[in-house]
Amino acid sequence: MTTKVEAELPAESPESTWRTLRRGLALSPELKTGLAATVALALVYMIGRVAVPVAVQRGIDHGIVGGLDLGVVWRVVAITGAVLVVTTTCGYLMMRRLFTVSETALAGVRTRAFRHVHDLSMLHQQSERRGSLVSRVTSDVDQITTFLQWGGVILIVNLGQLVVTTIVMLAYSWQLTLVVLVAFAPAVLVIRLLQRRLAGAYGLVRQRTGMLLGTIAESVVGAPVIRSYGIAGRTARRLDAAIEGQRHAQQRAIRISILGSSVGELAAGLALAGVVVVGVTLGVDRTLSIGQLTAFLFLVTLFIQPVQIATEVLNEAQNAIAGWRRVLDVLDVAPDVADPGAQGRELPPGPLDIRFAGVTFAYPGGPPVLHDVRLEIPAKSRVAVVGETGSGKTTFAKLLTRLMDPTAGEVLLSGVPLRQVRFDSLRSRVVMVPQDGFLFDATVGENVRFARPELTDEELTAAFTELGLADWLDGLPSGLYTPVGERGEALSVGERQLVALARAYVADPDLLVLDEATSAVDPATEVRLQRTLDAVTRGRTTLAIAHRLSTAQAADEVIVVDRGRIVQRGPHDELVRDPESIYGLLFASWLEQTR
Amino acid sequence: MASGTSRDVLGRGLWVLGRAIREQPRIFAVAVTGSVLFGLMVIASAFVVGRVVGDVVVPAIARGSVGTGVLALAAASLFGISVLRVVGIFGRRLGAGYMQYRLQAAYRRRVTRRYLDLPLSWHHRNATGTLLSNANSDVEAAWYPIAPLPFAVGTVVMLVGAIVSLFLTDWALALVGLAVFPALFALNVVYSRRMAPRQARAQRLRAEVSGIAHESFDGALVVKTMGREAEETARFASRAGELRDALISVGRLRGVFDPMLETLPSLGTLAVLVVGAVRLRAGAISVAELVSVAFLFTVLAFPVRAIGWVLAELPRSVAGWDRVRRVLDATGEMPYGDKTLDPADPTPATLAFQDVHFGYEPAEAHLPGAEVLGEVTFTVPAGKTVALVGPTGAGKSTIASLAVRLVDPRAGTVALDGVDVRDLTAASLASTVALVAQVPFVFDDTVRANIALDRPGIGDDEVWAALRLAEADGFVAALPDGLDTMVGERGTSLSGGQRQRLTLARALAGRPRLLVLDDATSAVDPRVEAAILAGLRAPTDGGGAAASILVVAYRRATIALADEVIYLEQGRVLARGTHAELLATVPGYASLVTAYEQAEHDREQTRTYDEVTPLTSGLEVEVDR
Repeated sequence: MTTKVEAELPAESPESTWRTLRRGLALSPELKTGLAATVALALVYMIGRVAVPVAVQRGIDHGIVGGLDLGVVWRVVAITGAVLVVTTTCGYLMMRRLFTVSETALAGVRTRAFRHVHDLSMLHQQSERRGSLVSRVTSDVDQITTFLQWGGVILIVNLGQLVVTTIVMLAYSWQLTLVVLVAFAPAVLVIRLLQRRLAGAYGLVRQRTGMLLGTIAESVVGAPVIRSYGIAGRTARRLDAAIEGQRHAQQRAIRISILGSSVGELAAGLALAGVVVVGVTLGVDRTLSIGQLTAFLFLVTLFIQPVQIATEVLNEAQNAIAGWRRVLDVLDVAPDVADPGAQGRELPPGPLDIRFAGVTFAYPGGPPVLHDVRLEIPAKSRVAVVGETGSGKTTFAKLLTRLMDPTAGEVLLSGVPLRQVRFDSLRSRVVMVPQDGFLFDATVGENVRFARPELTDEELTAAFTELGLADWLDGLPSGLYTPVGERGEALSVGERQLVALARAYVADPDLLVLDEATSAVDPATEVRLQRTLDAVTRGRTTLAIAHRLSTAQAADEVIVVDRGRIVQRGPHDELVRDPESIYGLLFASWLEQTR
Repeated sequence: MASGTSRDVLGRGLWVLGRAIREQPRIFAVAVTGSVLFGLMVIASAFVVGRVVGDVVVPAIARGSVGTGVLALAAASLFGISVLRVVGIFGRRLGAGYMQYRLQAAYRRRVTRRYLDLPLSWHHRNATGTLLSNANSDVEAAWYPIAPLPFAVGTVVMLVGAIVSLFLTDWALALVGLAVFPALFALNVVYSRRMAPRQARAQRLRAEVSGIAHESFDGALVVKTMGREAEETARFASRAGELRDALISVGRLRGVFDPMLETLPSLGTLAVLVVGAVRLRAGAISVAELVSVAFLFTVLAFPVRAIGWVLAELPRSVAGWDRVRRVLDATGEMPYGDKTLDPADPTPATLAFQDVHFGYEPAEAHLPGAEVLGEVTFTVPAGKTVALVGPTGAGKSTIASLAVRLVDPRAGTVALDGVDVRDLTAASLASTVALVAQVPFVFDDTVRANIALDRPGIGDDEVWAALRLAEADGFVAALPDGLDTMVGERGTSLSGGQRQRLTLARALAGRPRLLVLDDATSAVDPRVEAAILAGLRAPTDGGGAAASILVVAYRRATIALADEVIYLEQGRVLARGTHAELLATVPGYASLVTAYEQAEHDREQTRTYDEVTPLTSGLEVEVDR
């Protein structure tokens, strides 16, 4: 039945920027090492920005107006030049530290998040969420690093510039500083307002971009459907709508952004005009020198730069913080199926038996898929689980391999509760072959070797031979070295299943779980595989979720599942004796299909 | 990077920019006009500030009094210049932004149109990821330099204006300008040149990191059940580490050049102070002019960087453009003909394959493409059902694709009602045949839209009728919003069998005269499949079957329904006839379709044997282990 989407990724939490920063710093304490040094270097670097206006003031006041003194001018210029060399060097050192520390920390966060996502069951339960999980370790982190590379430095330097400039202005004249601040006050208010709208506008751009990407992806992946149904026109209209939708969102965002910088520009004009008027009046009263007034005009231009780019940079900063928050949120999701780790137990050696002790399973918020299942399967037996689509039979496989934990009850392997089994022990002894035999974009050999990297080509070939697939392997253009393409798409669906089966086979498990693992191969091959699997898995426990009842016929025991309950179990021959039973009906239908 | 190559990139980058200007000349003119206005106002502001200091402030302070009129004029001109600068900013940024977005949209339309026009064989040769980034990030990269381009053009004009105004002021100060501005320009060029390959590397690594994450998460089930999380994390971490190093290297370069780019104009201002003082003593310039020039150096520094931004983006732009071009220039469309089949004809269509050969185009041009099909000849007579049977990899899906003209044969013809499918219009073909593929494709849309696909004449009644026929009405009715339920990527998850039944309903809704089923019920339970097939075979009101059916199948029940069976091996038709005939005469066919029975038979034998000597099997187990 329909799998409800349950465990959602946490909705974007509305927590404050400061809290995100604190959480982020707690997670990457290395960001704090040497922070004081970086800040100190940044402050020195900032001084370079006001060095020139100060030099202009001193040069004009002491060396030019009121008697030219070239010596003074030379001295001022020489000292300022030396200061600039020092501040430039500090700028270099500051950026070098900043980038090294932050990139290293973020690479660590990225890798940790990647590992963490693999521990979350929503990754394989809800394939729809995969895209957003991928973006947690890609675009979200990229957003932070991109911001640090461009906006971050600008933000730090400009904030510092604003502060240092204000201090120098205050030192020259508090009255003129007041004029500048008054001129900029309305601009700051307007920019704050615009910035909120800009954040909304960029949010819309992101959303529309997502829709555009989805629409393009559909037109590429669905190309055969589009062509065979002759709906190129419809698809083109949808594409155009998505393309135009994104463009309009982008244009709206840039209009708001321009308003922001324009307001800053007008404030600068206002401040310049005000400084001249008030400055001259003060100069006439002898409370301000010509040099100081001139320096002020220079300082105002230094003051406007940060204000002008504030809308853009603040917006970028918000995006980066939001990205960081999303990464942190995903790291905060506790893995629902956790590895007991060092305290865990090992599975006892030898063939494994299976026990379901009152197992109930329900997806969060959904009705139970399995009801109080009690079941014992002796070691070395070959069991088939059959039932109609949606009966809950796949849930068996997932519980047995601990891809999920039961809502109630316990699954035990050879007496050890699965929750207590260390993952390295579990994964090396219990292997599942899913229906969708996912292959990595590599060669056939590399895909099989995924389970055991140490295997040689000879051993791989031997494995295929043992499975009776030597002919098939020989028929491939380059044998083991045949590339399988993205997701194995260069092979047919049935061929992908063959490779996936070989991959599980070389893993040499004690419990093999097959979830409709050969549903797409032709009957002759399937029967052949069945036979060889019977031979090679002898002495191990095998549980097969069966789609074709030939598997059930070959099994030692058949477990029939209906609506989440075990309704029948026993050898095939026994079960078919009751033609009115669920199994009897399923088998009759199967016979109808195959004879 | 060899200098020849980078010159080449520069030249080609400028050509791409020229192309952009040719496509959007008007909006570019607006942007450049705004930018030039802005640049001229930057120069003007320097000279006004100088004049205000020299001609208003100095005399006023010297005299100890100030004329209100002069002061008001000074304030008004400073503010007026700001207003004009705002006008310039509006023209420049709005123009640049609109131009960039329009070009992006236009090229996205063109690229996606090509995707729709180019044949499936072309799609097969290109990875999905590549096609996605061609339409998205490559188009974006191609037009990225458009954003700073008008600013850069305006800045060039401004620099010329600045040098001219410097010469008009004083030759000695002009020499300082001649030293500083070209140096600033050169520093920007060197910076961009050295930055471009580093950025490209970081970009490439970002894509690779993303590729690993995509693949690893897609294969999560395999990774987890094989316990390979640590190895996958190591694989990811090593690439993430390379990305980190690349980003640090970008940052270090920034650390070197950014402070230098900032310091250079400051040094220029200091030089102006010294030279200006000397010239002032010589009486060659006034205080106003000295202040103007010093101010000019301060305000020019920032715009000059726009030139660097354009240059830095050019290599990426050229690379993006080349990839976009590759799609736009791709040939090999599958043109449709102009013949139509009678749309009102409710009778089933006849499909005929005549000596059809097919081979996929080789990945590399010099290699011969392997032949997938050869000498395939068969007919699906009107109203009949023909089954295609053969082992995995025999070419069955290829025949299905040829039948609905997803691909064209290398030689031979595929005909519907005697008309070569290549001569049919797209609409006629689509309304006559329908293919249900092995792997179902569901659009990110509602159930209704997925089935109707906006085809005329398919209302809710037709949708429900098709759903009933595909045995999908039950689960659709149980969906939260029925037909309006969103399915696909961002909608409700459907099981494989449900998806197959939806795509089957999609095909049935169009009432095709030929239905091609490519193992389309493999994920459906046998009982459900039997019901669906019975529904398809049920006679219509007119008495005959509604459609001819070509079905790829493994299940014997499906095969048994067929009037004729075509048995394929390795791309050749090995035998044709009724199921019973083939069973009796073709050993390969017999062993394929009776595999299950045979297996059962063998088991019976073993079991008998086991019953006679029950100990042996147990012994075997012991020996085996």
